Amino acid sequence: MIRYMIGRVTSLCLSLVVASMVIFTVVEIVPGDPAAYMLGVNARPDTIAALRTELGLDLPTAQRYVAWVTGMLQGDFGTSYTYRTPVSQMVADRIAVSLPLALLALAITVVIAFPAGIYAASHRGRTGDLGVMGATQLGIAVPNFWFAMILVLIFAIKLRWVSAGGFPGWDAGLFKGLKALILPAFALALPQAAILTRVMRSSLLDMLNEDFIRTARAKGLSRRQALWRHAVRNALIPVLTIIGLQFSFLLAGGIVIEQVFFLPGMGRLIFQAISSRDLIVVESVVMLLIASVIIVNFAVDLAYAAVDPRLRTGA
Amino acid sequence: MKLLTTMMLAGSAAMLATGALAQNTHIDVAMQLEPPNLDPTGGAAQAIDSVVYSNIFEGLTRFMSDGSVVPGLAERWDISDDGLVYTFHLRSGVTFHDGTSMDAEDVKFSLDRARAEDSTNAQKGLFANITDVTVIDPLTVQVTLSVPTGSFLFNMAWGDAVIVAPESIGTAATNPVGTGAFVFQDWVQGDHISIARNPGYWGTPAVLESVTFRFISDPTAAYAALMAEDVDVFAGYPAPENVPQFEADPRFQVLIGNTEGETILAMNNGAEPFNNRLVRKAVAHAIDRQAIIDGAMYGMGTPIGTHFAPHNPDYIDLTGLSNYDPELSRQLLAEAGYPDGFDTVMTLPPPSYARRGGEIIAAQLREVGINAEIQNQEWAQWLEVTFGGHDYGLTIVSHTEPMDIGIYANPGYYFQYDNPDFQKLMATLNQTTEPAARSDLLKQAQTIIAEDYVNGYLFELAIPTIARAGIEGLWLNQPTAAIDMTAVSWP
Repeated sequence: MIRYMIGRVTSLCLSLVVASMVIFTVVEIVPGDPAAYMLGVNARPDTIAALRTELGLDLPTAQRYVAWVTGMLQGDFGTSYTYRTPVSQMVADRIAVSLPLALLALAITVVIAFPAGIYAASHRGRTGDLGVMGATQLGIAVPNFWFAMILVLIFAIKLRWVSAGGFPGWDAGLFKGLKALILPAFALALPQAAILTRVMRSSLLDMLNEDFIRTARAKGLSRRQALWRHAVRNALIPVLTIIGLQFSFLLAGGIVIEQVFFLPGMGRLIFQAISSRDLIVVESVVMLLIASVIIVNFAVDLAYAAVDPRLRTGA
Repeated sequence: MKLLTTMMLAGSAAMLATGALAQNTHIDVAMQLEPPNLDPTGGAAQAIDSVVYSNIFEGLTRFMSDGSVVPGLAERWDISDDGLVYTFHLRSGVTFHDGTSMDAEDVKFSLDRARAEDSTNAQKGLFANITDVTVIDPLTVQVTLSVPTGSFLFNMAWGDAVIVAPESIGTAATNPVGTGAFVFQDWVQGDHISIARNPGYWGTPAVLESVTFRFISDPTAAYAALMAEDVDVFAGYPAPENVPQFEADPRFQVLIGNTEGETILAMNNGAEPFNNRLVRKAVAHAIDRQAIIDGAMYGMGTPIGTHFAPHNPDYIDLTGLSNYDPELSRQLLAEAGYPDGFDTVMTLPPPSYARRGGEIIAAQLREVGINAEIQNQEWAQWLEVTFGGHDYGLTIVSHTEPMDIGIYANPGYYFQYDNPDFQKLMATLNQTTEPAARSDLLKQAQTIIAEDYVNGYLFELAIPTIARAGIEGLWLNQPTAAIDMTAVSWP
């Protein structure tokens, strides 16, 4: 177990270092000067030079990389060029929207996918299974922004139950906050739920063909008992992998949904920062996202170890 | 359960009540882009001016919706006979939102700061001719210019020339403190900015108690937000294709106003083949303006034949010089030595007038044998490669600065037009303060660049504002980027 842990932690650190280098290099290579962007077409060259000095952009690249990395290690993610506010504060504000949104979407995903997957697997080949599979086919095929627009059309424009978008902030109360997130969460969750349902179903079906299920049946358990006591737990390993990937996707990949619902989330922050060449924001936020993906994967690895005793003792 | 239902009913009744109440004194305004910060003296982003111009910050003079310049914080002024010394008489009793008084020292501070060596003012050129700012007494300030500058009062109306206080300018990016009819309340980045009526305003107080600016960049989301009545006004509505739907809906009114945005097909005058006037003339005749306005802008926009706003009294219609005539265009190309046309690169920044217009123009140019390869560029990339690096053949951009024909006098500007006669004319114009003479010079200037076919002149950008029916006092036109809410009210 300890060797397994050391191996995981080493690869975690290495991934972070490599990621930081790649991000910095890519962002620096892409053409576009943040100072020139901020000052627009009538700016004079000396004004742009003055702003570059003010922002610290005139320092050598290597020096800026080292300053950026050491800053991050001390918890300082720099100050946004355009917003002139600390990146850590901006990220904290945005995570307050993106993280609850991702969690809510993940919860909806799981709540839909687990029962649907188990139901489909236990009714394999029958009408119920075909119905679930048809629905998941549709869920995967429909792009989530289109689904989002349909939701807005029905629930915001026709029924007026919720706003078409925007986020009132958690200060306005938990209920109002959740109300603003419910449509985007559904729009995000539906395709994910469809995917997860299929994974759950096929993983369960694989398990149902395993020897240990036959043994369980042979010792007298009913099909249903064997399914619930033995198959579901074993089927969870691939499902956990997918959930880990989906969570990372939901956290960072909500850009389109955040645009459709004009939510002040992480995706929109990155989108704005890239188009305004707010390099420090792009670098720090992408680094944070990558770190979170790497850490979620690390957590999933640990979860495997918890679910699968062979990983704990074998290695 | 029954109790819960009752509570919920009571709650929704209360919400309805506040909703109805708020409607008379509050307006939600949506705009497409979020300002990066709120300091109009430290950035070029139009979204900054949209929120703060006139609402929060004011200058010595100010623009009205029709483009005229009227007294702002300066009640009146005297101009010396040689046109070099402007003596501004400030309004008395004006205070900043933090309670400090606005006086001649603040004016001196603001102007000196904008023209200082380390100034990061995006329009530093507005202040270039100022040689000295002297405080005469708390309400009188004297500005001395190096040369007579006919546009000086106009320059002082820009959002980049607003009067700020030394005590508060340091934090203006996130907490702007001005003298306007609204006070900054809060900014939830990525979502909204709120402003509230300034009870101590020196002039006519705002009708509305509060205004919230929301940022909705996606055109579909913009449509949904209006239809769901989440926002009351959308300034610069980004989906022209469904404007007719709002026109037909009695809940809304549609205002289609002018901007100062001359939308041009810029040509790289400094490089082959566009350094040849015949080629430029061929391009100009190959373009069907109306097809571009209809196809890319859904009919919104006024054709222009030179770099000048059609609503300006000094505008002359020169579209006839470059009427759509592909046959003539082909002849001109042959005459210029390109009987089979040529290949070039057309870079397109993100706005839809450029991306949609670019596709149409490329097709029109292909008709006469010019093969323009389209390259889409983000703004930052466009600024560096096209605007700064001059690495392009054609590009489409809307020049939204008011009265900016002077850019043609700068040979280093991105389209690299270098005509000493024009430069001399502009120098004369800058030193002329007499209105009739200025008007004459401006007309000459328009004609020179139109006859030189410096760029392809397409149309004056229109700005659609969609508002709930009955809302009054919104600006129709955009002489400068502004969503001036000071006179806006519900019926």
